[in-house]
This record gives sequence, C-alpha cells and structure tokens, in this order.
Amino acid sequence: MRNDPANQEPTGPVLAADGTPLKKSLSRALRRQKMRALLLIAPLLAFVFITFVIPIASMLFRSVENDIVANTLPETVVAIASWDGTTGELPDEEVYAAFARDMIAAVAEKKHTRLGSRLNYELSGISSMFRQSGRKMKRWDPVEDAPFKEKLIDLHDGWGDVSTWAIIQTYSAPYTSGYFLTAIDMQLTPEGVTMQPEDKRILIRLFWRTLVMSLVITGSCILLGYPVAWLLANLPASKANLLMILVLLPFWTSLLVRTSAWKVMLQQQGVINDVLVWAGLVADDARLIMINNQFGTILAMTHILLPFMILPMYSVMQTIQPSYLRAAKSLGATNWTAFWRVYFPQSVPGIGAGSILVFILSIGYYITPEIVGGTKGVFISNRIAYHISSSLNWGLAAALGTILLAVVLLLYWAYDRIVGIDNVKLGG
Amino acid sequence: MIDKTGSEGFVSFDHVQKSYDGENLVVKDLNLEIAKGEFLTMLGPSGSGKTTCLMMLAGFETATHGDIRLGGVSINNIPPHKRGIGMVFQNYALFPHMTVAENLSFPLEVRKIGKSEREAKVQRALDMVQMGEFGGRRPAQLSGGQQQRVALARALVFEAELVLMDEPLGALDKQLREHMQFEIKRIADNLGITVVYVTHDQTEALTMSDRVAVFDDGRIQQLAPPDQLYEEPMSSFVAQFIGENNALDGVVQSIDNGVALVKLATGDLIDANPINVSKVGEKTRVSIRPERVEFDMNRLAEGSHTLKAEVLEFVYMGDTFRTRLRVADNDEFIVKTRNAPDQVRLQPGAVVDIGWMPSDCRALDA
Repeated sequence: MRNDPANQEPTGPVLAADGTPLKKSLSRALRRQKMRALLLIAPLLAFVFITFVIPIASMLFRSVENDIVANTLPETVVAIASWDGTTGELPDEEVYAAFARDMIAAVAEKKHTRLGSRLNYELSGISSMFRQSGRKMKRWDPVEDAPFKEKLIDLHDGWGDVSTWAIIQTYSAPYTSGYFLTAIDMQLTPEGVTMQPEDKRILIRLFWRTLVMSLVITGSCILLGYPVAWLLANLPASKANLLMILVLLPFWTSLLVRTSAWKVMLQQQGVINDVLVWAGLVADDARLIMINNQFGTILAMTHILLPFMILPMYSVMQTIQPSYLRAAKSLGATNWTAFWRVYFPQSVPGIGAGSILVFILSIGYYITPEIVGGTKGVFISNRIAYHISSSLNWGLAAALGTILLAVVLLLYWAYDRIVGIDNVKLGG
Repeated sequence: MIDKTGSEGFVSFDHVQKSYDGENLVVKDLNLEIAKGEFLTMLGPSGSGKTTCLMMLAGFETATHGDIRLGGVSINNIPPHKRGIGMVFQNYALFPHMTVAENLSFPLEVRKIGKSEREAKVQRALDMVQMGEFGGRRPAQLSGGQQQRVALARALVFEAELVLMDEPLGALDKQLREHMQFEIKRIADNLGITVVYVTHDQTEALTMSDRVAVFDDGRIQQLAPPDQLYEEPMSSFVAQFIGENNALDGVVQSIDNGVALVKLATGDLIDANPINVSKVGEKTRVSIRPERVEFDMNRLAEGSHTLKAEVLEFVYMGDTFRTRLRVADNDEFIVKTRNAPDQVRLQPGAVVDIGWMPSDCRALDA
C-alpha cells in the first residue's frame, strides 16, 4: 500500500498544496476573472435593467395598482368598510361626513378629478359628479357644515344612489383584480365577479382574433418563405447574394411607407382593383374589398414579416449538406422522398425559429393593423394603444399587456414541450 | 494495360467526357472496363477528375459525351435512385435525425420491403460491420470510425452489386484508417461486390485494390494492379505519385540491348531501363525507388555505372534507415535500407558509391 498522505483520507475534500480546500482555492483564483467579466457587461446590464426590467415590472404593477381611492379618501374607506350595500340602503351620516372631509381636503389639493376619472372606468358619469361637486364643496367647512348626507344628495343625485357608494367600497382596496377582469370581459361589481353586458364583450374576441390571425400570418410566412430559403441556400453564391438583397430590400424602406403602399394597392380604387376591372375579371360596381379588414392585415403583415421567417430558415438550410440528399437518392429515394424524409426534418429547427420570431412579432404588432386593419382587422395591441393614449386607462392597458405577455410565454412553453426549444436554431 | 477478359466489363465507361463550363474538359475521353467483383481504385490528385467520374457513375453528374454502361445497359438517362448503386460518402452523410437502424432501414423502406424482413436485413448488415449493438444510437453519438462502419453497412444493406466509395476514410486518424482499409477489403471480398473506390491516398490504393487507375488532368495515366503500378510506372507522373521516388534528369546517350545509357546534367553516366524513350539525344527523367539503390558494389553486375554520393542526413526510423544524399546535384535523393545487424549507418559528410540494377531504374518522359 502507498503511504501518500493524500491517499489516506479518500472521503475528505481534495486539498490544494497549501492545505486549503481545492474548491475554495479554485474559486479564489477565478474570482478576479469573474469580477472583470462582470465589470465589462455592467453597462449593458444597467441599460437592460433601466429600459427593460423596470418598465415591465412597473407595467405589471400598474395592472393591479389601485391606491388612488384609499389615498384620496382615507377616512371614507375606513368608514364605509362596515356598510352593507346589498340591503339597498344608503350609508349613514358617518360615511357621508368622512367623505365630505376627505373631499374638502382633496379639492384643496385638486386630487378629486383624478379620482373621478379613475372611478369613471367602473361607473360612467361619476367623473362629472366629482368635478361638479368639487367646485361647490370648495367653500364648505368640514366642521361647521355638518351634517353632510342631505347636502351631498342635494348637490348631486348621484350621492343618493347606492351604486355610487358600492363602487367606492368595491375599489377601496389598494390592489384590485378589476383591470384584469375588465381585460377578459368581466367586471368586479359589489355583488361579485360577473360577465360584462353582451354588447361590451370585445376584448376576449380581440385576443382570440389576434391569436388566430397571427397563426395565419405565421403559416403563410412558412409557405411563402420555405421555397425562397431553399433557393437561397442552394443557388450558386452570386445568384444567392442577389436574391438575399431582394429578401432584405424591404428592411431598407420604412415600415410606414411599405404599409401605406399596401393601402394604395389594395383599396377599392387601388391598383389591384383597377387592373382587375380593366381586365374584365371584376365588375366596376363590385370592386373587391381587400383593405380595412382581416385580409388586408394578413396580407400586409405576411409581407412585412416574411424576412424574419426566411432568414432563420436559410441559416439552418445552409448547414444541411447536399450530400444528404445525394445519399438518400443513391439509397433509392425519389426526389420527393429524399426531400420529405431527409431534408425537411433537418430544416424543422429553422421553421421553428422563424415561426416563433414571426408569431411573437405579429401578436404584438401595432402599426400595420392600425393602418390597413380598419375595425375588423385590428389586433389587441391597437386596443392597448387606445387605452394608453386616448382613454388614458393605463391600468387596463397594463392588464391587457400583461395578459399578452403571459400568452406569449405560455405558447413558448407549449412549443418547448411539443417541439423542444433545443430544436430552434438561428444558424450553425 | 486493360485486363481484357474477352467480354465487356460489368461497368464500362465508353469515350466519356465531362465539362462543367463548356470550355474545359474535366474528364477527357475516359475508357474503362471494370469486371464484376473487382475492387478498382481511382487515384489521383485533387482536380484530376476522379470524383467527377464517380459522380457520373452514381448519376449525380451527367456525362457531356459518351456512354456509361452498367451490366451492359446504358445508364446515362437513368436517375440515381433507380440505378441501385450503393454509395459511401466522404463525410458519411448519415442522416442525423435518424438512429443508426433507421438509417439502414431507409433504403429498404423506399423499396417497400416488409418490416420483419427489413429488421433482419438491418441487423445482419450491422453485425457484418460489428455494429450490431448500436442500432438505437444517433450518428452524432458515434465515433468517426463507427460512423464509417454504419455508412458502409447502409450502402450494403440493400444488396447493391456495385458500391461506390468517395474517399470514405479521409476523416479518420491513421491507425483507424489502416484498420478500416483491411476491413472494407475483407467485406467486399466476402460479399463479392464490385467496388469503385476514389482516394488521393496512394497507400490506401495500393493496399486495397485489385487494380488502380491513376488519374491526372482528366485522363487515366496508368491502369494496373498495385504491384505493377509501383514497380513498373509507365510515366514520370505515376512514378512520382505512387510511393517515394528519386528522379534524375538527363539525356539519352545510347540505347543498346534494352539498356539506355543516360548522361546526367553533371556529366555522370548511368544505366537505365528505356520505357518512354526510343531515340538517342532524347531528354529523359530516370526514376529509381529508394529501396532499390545499392551501396554494396559486389551485388551489382560487372561494368555497372556507379555514382558518387554525399550523405546529407541519416534518419533512424525503426524498421528502416532513411538516408538523404546529394546525387548529381540533387539534394533530395533518398535511400531506404532495412534495419539489419550488418547494415551500415552512414554519417553525414561521408562520400559513398551508389549503384542499381539497370532494370530498376526506369527512363521515363522528361
């Protein structure tokens, strides 16, 4: 047997020459390298954190945030907590007094109109109620003008309505699921969660339409892009370069210009209709409607997203050696069998990568549907933009955005389970 | 040198030409008969047209002129998948998305062979290349040598009578390559298949083939069995390309009794076997194999011409000694001697006499 001390303790940790554990000694040796690497990527990390992580986190937060009621009406929120709205009776004087004190303070700070707009999302008309009442309550005194119940009801009928108080009570919590419920065509009422009235249920349909149209766009990109990618990968270099320039050409023109060009092409007095009428294929009074509907959106977006499908497919096909096809043929396979059994399976990672890229891009697309989509061809992102810039209901916009993000992640997960994300290649 | 057996060969190239650009011929007037069961190697430097010939035979390239026949039938217009020729590719071309067994099963599936028969054939083919255990693996999980065996099995599994191999051993390391050479040769002999083998490695060509066709510049320079090719090269190109060779340039002084007297640039006279020379005053390049050079003058015939040589380098190579000499201003003259107890080990700087049998020294084209 050997007397080497290192061999006498086979169970202990491996030691370095100076007796410290080897792991510790190794990590110390690597620490400097790690620090230097970290320092190099620090600017990028900071950039990503500020421009990506923080906005997304704040969006997620905004979709449930609801502290405006509790902040503006702190006493009312406490007082109304014990009120039972289902009895159909108005709250008692205590609640009205608390509300009056909160309002007088809020009016002084000019915060009441913002609260009005917020509650208006849930009960329309409440915004003007807050504004009108605010103007008059400016002159009230919280002590001398008591009691307030009668006075408030005199001021505006709305304060004598049970539903006004029910809304305030429902939304008094600092966090709410209300935005998310609205985003899926439901609503949070004092009686609990219910569906929106039939005529207001548009968002689920819009989500569904966005998904289906994105799938159609992805499918048409695969069908159109596959032969092009194959040509690119198999033509001699000089011709392939020319073709590649043609594929990339759209990238050199502004997205807005390309989409507007489709408008020129597709409208009823547009190029395509004119040609069809001229050729006698379509009657002048029955010109085709190809724009401001789903067809227009699908056509224009397929065109715009096609390069994102072709490029990953191309880079994968480039790695498939022609000898595979030759081998298949020498083994007795016809051209079709050789393609379908040997070439196509190897190109699937490219299709997967292209599809994920096109699908995720199209599910959040905004400009093209906005311009050529009309009312029937718009996506959920157009609705989000509307809530961000027109209705200013940022909470709902955030909730819609969050759901969109969740759907994309879910589909990504599903893709990983079914096809495997390892099967996605952008090249090499 | 074509081995005419009377009837036409199993595979025949009849005045075959090939051009890619319409200006240059890659294959110039190829005539070749390959007998059934023969192992024929196409050997040549890159760009010599050997791979193009193989691809024309496989059907991936079309001949611009001439006829290629298989079993007496012209196959010019038969697409590759109907030719029934097995092929082993340089990079094996094993389908990466299929297991080894699926790869072998593929040619049987496209021939619509039943499942049980298919499985039996696949297993038999895998056993033949000693890969019986690996049917469930993917090609990427195999070593280069194992992939090579699978590729071979795949080319043989559908019982092709003709198997083409395009530098199949190029990617293997030396030891494995040598092992596989014998393996392929043994399998080919056992099955009695005809093999057309393309390589640029002359050792491979010599060890495996029944006949070797040496290609250069689109033509077959010499077609002969390996021993004949090595010992009786018919041109300077073949002499240089096959094995190690010493070349000395000179002019024919006289031809007498089948022995040519050649005067070298330095004025030295040597005896040579006139192969490509017929006239006095003709320029020639004489070629002599390194192992046919003699130091022992007693073994030479009476009156043989000898040369003075200066030893430049002595390399001990185990089984042989390799001595580099300066002979008639040629610094790259190599002599190989067997390592034997009585063999002299020449020291650099020494000046010795060397000579050879006139029959071993071939006067070829300059």
